[in-house]
Amino acid sequence: MIHVRGLTRSFGAVEAVRGVDIDVSKGEIVGFVGPNGAGKTTTLRMLTTLLRPASGTATVAGRDLFADPAGVRRRIGYVAQGGTVGPFSEVGEELVLQARLYGLSRTEARERVAGLLEELDLAGCEKRPAGQLSGGQKRRVDIAMGLLHRPELLFLDEPTTGLDPQSRTNLWGHVRRLREESGMTVFLTTHYLEEADALCDRILIIDHGRIVASGTPSELKAVHDAGTLDEVFLAVTGHELREGAAA
Amino acid sequence: MTALAALTGYYLRTSFTNKFAIVFGAVQPLFYLVIFGPLFSRSGVGSWDTLVPGLLVQLGLMSSGLVGFGIVFDQRFGVLERLRVTPTARSTLLFGRVLKDSAVLLVQAAGIIVLGYAFGMRAGPVGVLLGLLLITVLSIGMAALSYAVALTIRMELFAPVMSTLVIPLMLLSGALLPMSLAPTWLDVVSRFTPFRYAVEALRALFAGSYTSPTVLWGVLVTLVFVAAGFTIGTKVYQRENT
Repeated sequence: MIHVRGLTRSFGAVEAVRGVDIDVSKGEIVGFVGPNGAGKTTTLRMLTTLLRPASGTATVAGRDLFADPAGVRRRIGYVAQGGTVGPFSEVGEELVLQARLYGLSRTEARERVAGLLEELDLAGCEKRPAGQLSGGQKRRVDIAMGLLHRPELLFLDEPTTGLDPQSRTNLWGHVRRLREESGMTVFLTTHYLEEADALCDRILIIDHGRIVASGTPSELKAVHDAGTLDEVFLAVTGHELREGAAA
Repeated sequence: MTALAALTGYYLRTSFTNKFAIVFGAVQPLFYLVIFGPLFSRSGVGSWDTLVPGLLVQLGLMSSGLVGFGIVFDQRFGVLERLRVTPTARSTLLFGRVLKDSAVLLVQAAGIIVLGYAFGMRAGPVGVLLGLLLITVLSIGMAALSYAVALTIRMELFAPVMSTLVIPLMLLSGALLPMSLAPTWLDVVSRFTPFRYAVEALRALFAGSYTSPTVLWGVLVTLVFVAAGFTIGTKVYQRENT
């Protein structure tokens, strides 16, 4: 579903991503973790066509990232870190617009939005401005934005950051269900490693723009002789604080 | 096509629910019409048929020229990024917005014209309709450029920079007082701004001379301006945001 070799990208003098290789198979849930500033979001934005890589090759959802970015966009969903809807905008209207930009007719769009709101425990939120929703509801609206066109592959950038434990558990439940019901492949970033442990089939750890470890949670723990993924993470990326590094 | 229709419809719905904003976007030319117009029409410089075309170009600058402010919020809340990740062409994403902006301008311009007639403007309907068409087309270029600027400069700078910039552009166009009164240096400077040609073409149209060289120049300059504005706008829209 994702095949990436030697992906790089710099911002001025800062080499954000320095040669990343990634392989993700269909139906996998992959957790992409790393300290702040390690290159997670930059990598994600390259894989979702929002940022042009400086070098490397990449096939995403069966389409070449460089030759056919529109083909990639049609087949993937991407939920960015910062949200998707302004505080005064009505949730339903925004979702219908997004669905139509993915090519659904007006009727299809309305039906799809109603269905998705139901599935994501958001029934009744359609007419509400996004600013009135709870953090968890807002995040599920963001996720709905990425699911309207039933993508084969969904990218989630820190979907649970800032949510309370109930909302986080609820959200992981939805991610699991997506994979079970439609075989969707999910590639997500998170800072909550105990959740990544419980949810993800495989973990990739990125640091200083390179993949520094990868494997199933149990493989990683066995290799590093660690009890938790947090311990693996610290063993691989070091203990020092990364203050001053860009997010 | 679905995408363009959906976008334009969406933007129109959200804009026209806020009727206050539509009136407020035209408030400066309205002030000039009501408070400055009666003086101007008795000044001997020109009639309402001279002033109203100028106010329409002022409206274009103040209304369409400042639309970029809206996209600043879309960028901050992640709306722009969400739209960019769909397969919809970047030019379509921009065109949907700009079509809404020119529709808003058309409504505002029609309001100014109706008020102008109430005050004593006498321009014939054909000239006025052609003038409306010209100013609507011009607004496409202005709106596209406004978005380009908004996506390029730091967001907190947009409002102060643009609202300052439109004042000299408006004065140089001869929108308030015709450039025929200007000393040579000012006349020369004003010839470097595209809006002067639009103002003069509008005045000629309102005076009933539809095929004069002034009108042809105005149309030509406006078309070049719109092509340039939309090209720049699309380029900036296409650019990855880092």
